[in-house]
Amino acid sequence: MRRGARLIAIDPRRTSSAEWADLWLGLDVGSDIALANAMGREIIAAGLANEGFIARATSGFEAYRDKVEPYTLEYAERETGVPAAAIREAAHAYATADTALLCWTLGITEHHNAVDNVLALISLALLTGHIGKWGSGINPLRGQNNVQGGGDMGALPDRLPGFQHVENDALRAPFDRAWGVAVPQDRGWHLSAMFDAMDRGDLKALYVIGENPIQSEADRHRTERILRGLDFMVVQDIFLTATAEVADVVLPAAAAWAESEGTVTNSERRVQRVRKALEPPDGARDDLWIVLELARRMGHDWGTPSAEAVWNELRGLSSAHAGMSYARLEAEDGLHWPCYDETHPGEPFLHSRLWADPVVGSRAPFVPVDHAPPVDRLDGEFPMRLTTGRRLDSYNTGVQTGPLRFPGRKGETLDLCPEDIERYDLAEGEVVRIVSRRGEVEAPVRADHSLRPGLAFMTMHFQDDVAVNNLTIDATDPKSGTAEFKATAIRIEKLGASPRPEREAGQPARSLRP
Amino acid sequence: MDLHVVDALATPTERAAVDAVLDPEIGAVRGGWDGGLRDMALDGRAAHGGHEARSRRDLLLPALHALNDRIGWISRPGLGYICRRLTVPPAEAYGVATFYALLSTVKRPPAVAHVCDDMACRMAGAEDVCRDLERELGPAGDPTPGTGATWLRSPCLGLCERAPAVLFTIAGDPPLRAAVGPVDAPEIVRRLNNDGAGDTRASAQNGNGETAPSDERLASLRRSIPQAGGPGLRLLARVGRIDPTSLVDFLATDGYAALRKAIDLGPRRVVEEVTIAEVLGRGGAGFPAGRKWAAAAASTGLPKYIVCNADEAEPGTFKDRAILEEDPFSLVEAMTIAGFATGAEKGYLYIRGEYPLGEARMANAIDLARDAGYLGADVMGAGFAFDIEIRRGGGAYIAGEGTALFESIEGKRAEPRNKAARSTTAGLFQRPTAVNNVETLVNIPGIILGGGTEYATLGTAKSTGHKLFSVSGHVERPGVYESEFGITIHDLIELAGGVPGGRAIKAVNLGGAAGVFVGPDALHMPLTFEDAKEAGATLGAGAVVVFDETTDLLDILRRIAQFFRDESCGQCVPCRVGTVRQEELLARLMAGQPRGSIADELDLLNDLGGVLRDASICGLGMTANDALSSGLRLQGVLA
Repeated sequence: MRRGARLIAIDPRRTSSAEWADLWLGLDVGSDIALANAMGREIIAAGLANEGFIARATSGFEAYRDKVEPYTLEYAERETGVPAAAIREAAHAYATADTALLCWTLGITEHHNAVDNVLALISLALLTGHIGKWGSGINPLRGQNNVQGGGDMGALPDRLPGFQHVENDALRAPFDRAWGVAVPQDRGWHLSAMFDAMDRGDLKALYVIGENPIQSEADRHRTERILRGLDFMVVQDIFLTATAEVADVVLPAAAAWAESEGTVTNSERRVQRVRKALEPPDGARDDLWIVLELARRMGHDWGTPSAEAVWNELRGLSSAHAGMSYARLEAEDGLHWPCYDETHPGEPFLHSRLWADPVVGSRAPFVPVDHAPPVDRLDGEFPMRLTTGRRLDSYNTGVQTGPLRFPGRKGETLDLCPEDIERYDLAEGEVVRIVSRRGEVEAPVRADHSLRPGLAFMTMHFQDDVAVNNLTIDATDPKSGTAEFKATAIRIEKLGASPRPEREAGQPARSLRP
Repeated sequence: MDLHVVDALATPTERAAVDAVLDPEIGAVRGGWDGGLRDMALDGRAAHGGHEARSRRDLLLPALHALNDRIGWISRPGLGYICRRLTVPPAEAYGVATFYALLSTVKRPPAVAHVCDDMACRMAGAEDVCRDLERELGPAGDPTPGTGATWLRSPCLGLCERAPAVLFTIAGDPPLRAAVGPVDAPEIVRRLNNDGAGDTRASAQNGNGETAPSDERLASLRRSIPQAGGPGLRLLARVGRIDPTSLVDFLATDGYAALRKAIDLGPRRVVEEVTIAEVLGRGGAGFPAGRKWAAAAASTGLPKYIVCNADEAEPGTFKDRAILEEDPFSLVEAMTIAGFATGAEKGYLYIRGEYPLGEARMANAIDLARDAGYLGADVMGAGFAFDIEIRRGGGAYIAGEGTALFESIEGKRAEPRNKAARSTTAGLFQRPTAVNNVETLVNIPGIILGGGTEYATLGTAKSTGHKLFSVSGHVERPGVYESEFGITIHDLIELAGGVPGGRAIKAVNLGGAAGVFVGPDALHMPLTFEDAKEAGATLGAGAVVVFDETTDLLDILRRIAQFFRDESCGQCVPCRVGTVRQEELLARLMAGQPRGSIADELDLLNDLGGVLRDASICGLGMTANDALSSGLRLQGVLA
């Protein structure tokens, strides 16, 4: 940006990033598709679509055009709250830029229609040709250094290592051969489906590695009840998390970034080496050691392969990783997959094939989608929209950042705009009750100019003190399984205005902090 | 980079002061995100900002000045308001505000006397003034009960011929700034108690505030510029003969004849004449101006800039002040010629904050020139555009370094850049820029009118033309002197009336703090670039400070060491640490408590000098040891 790149921030809140933006669109929570479709319609109507690219590299344009036709700027202004002129400006800026990138995070994906939100954005990239070339593309910014790598290595219910589909016989066969077993042919459950299965009693034992679902899942009451109802739960973590505290067995693990050898893969598909710098504390073990030892005690001696040996096994099974030796990863500062052999340079642009003429492989499909507002509707009883997110100095449920002290950290607050604080006759610091259709919490009020009337904000960093996920809805996206953390209907009650209900059982105040 | 400042909102006074600077440039406040009152209808759903807002980061220093001028310091709400309006993170703006000595980020009284205790003023009793002020007003920086005033020590104010000198800054509406000398403590207290007001303004350094030529004015002027009105002057020819606020007077004395001729010659010929004249830069580096202009003219990037470096902060140097105050139109004309020759349409004139009168005279000259069509979209109807904007320094010696000056104009801390590219390729705002010293520029009209060949016959073969010297210290008539290059130190001192009482000379400083000390044996040295170089000395910007046999030179050297410690920008370690170590060393020598032997200390100083010269980013660090080393080598300094 210092070199002139322009930034458009689309966010219900005027965040610090939005303040740096050339244009900010403060849309209503959950109106992303209305906005994206209106941008698409405007781009088409203004003759700014990249017709050559659409004709050569995409399919389904006509259906998309018909789908977005009703999404006029005026309609979008009504649905999103953003002035039509600002939407038009954003559409024109995006379409006419030489290169343009769409980046998003959980504001797009923590919705009941998360995949549709992403598809609406992909359509914009296809419409303008801002994909598969230098300086352009679509990019979900990862919240952790190895989200991409976890998925690539098969930590998904339908994927084998190398992002290879488990239900594809041809892709599965090499694994059968290499491992000498028959890999199950059917996809497993994603996280939300696993909880449903546990709720039904179909899933009775759980092995949790590096995750703290009791505090990170929506609707904490339900999560905790389900986990406590399991026959058996193992938690493997570097901290004794709230989830670990209710586990039957806890396996203390070494930190993956400083106490282990291995690789991570970042958002741009670049595989990078991670090196061990420290010995883990007494009793903590490398994840690899733990898994191997579990296997051994279950009767399968896999030997004691090094991290590099495991990686080389992957290279033998995933053609996309075949060319990435440790030596090359070291020498070339990481490599982008796919990297098919030791002479392959890696592929910085995943979709560059779309610019070949003719296109290599299948055309990129437009997938038309419709706007569907958040499940948790606002009404007279629950008139405020609560959206949750992160603050700069904390990380997710606070397991990793809670014990560290930051001078600016303020603890959990209900952030409201000054106008709402005045409207509800509140004072900064005043503790209020926040009630949703699922639960309630208490938190002090904080003024935040980045909000507007009717929009409240809380984090999920301080779940021990304020269990914000008591409030959130577990309406999940059927395709991704992600819950709609971003849109909760709430009301705010002054304390003392009504008798305070007793705390529900199973919700002890816990603190892991020293 | 968080843009929020959580403090209370700026007061209407603070906002008005800032708005007065910003509104003409970037327009009035648009809404809450822009620093105004929050209006949900306007602010709730969309906002513009980004590059458009940040593009005027260069207004940060002017806005900080406006706030400091109005309320006397940079309050946090006021700073927050500036940050909102310019989209600058408060931490960055705070970093800029704390960089400049004339700005205060802690609350201080509106009336401040900045008392110079540097070389010339020191010899004229500045320490006595400070001691008396401490008794009358309390310790430096502490507000005096009841008066709303305080005093501070200051490095050289560039008023060495009227030592001891003081700069008054009196916040208010309008704010007042005036540099005055010579003064004593009672006079300073009296002016502070009177709120300084009209009294201080009227006693601006040259004369009684009248600007029309008169015998009385000429007499007063000669206290600063003893040759004023005399014959044989090229650079100071108009001084005392014209009203420096009158364009009519300027035009009547060949004003704008050079620009008219330059337009006839065309840009290429103008650069050629300057090149033939072999005029070397007068700011200290001695770079050929013609080569600089040729490179800037040849650069293809647009826009281009002319920058005039009037940040004359080298201790003992005040010759540019004479031009700024007494012949301002000639600098406007010269900058316009530079713009015409290089293809720049915008010039910045960066004047140190300690020169309020020079700044006022320049502002007046620029306004009148613009009104008369000598600046603007169509200069003299010749079809080219050029205009000049004044930027005021904030009290930072390092800002006089060319690239630090660019940073300062851009609204940043005035930290020198690593010289990856020449400024004629990537200078101000990373655009092609020709940066010239005031004196260099005012040589240009004469070169254009008389021709480069004629000019090159003046002075010596390698140092052509006339030179302005700032002569101060132990001479009968300190002041700005003009001479052809080649005059010896001895003759220049004689021109200034010699040493009072016929006392012997102990040392002469050439070039100020960044210069060197020479002993009596060097008085025969001709003052040229080549002779200075051959003698292992330097001309610098032409400062000549004379110290007679009674001087405690160690005390002077200690002040120089302190100066570099204070003025090091701190970005590179050799300078940040080395300048501190030097001062500590000088303090030990002064206390008669050398670490080891005196020879050990000199070895250490020599060692520090090597590191400073080899490893500093800029000239400040590279020269920070020279005066100390050369001074300590002189006979009789270390008894």
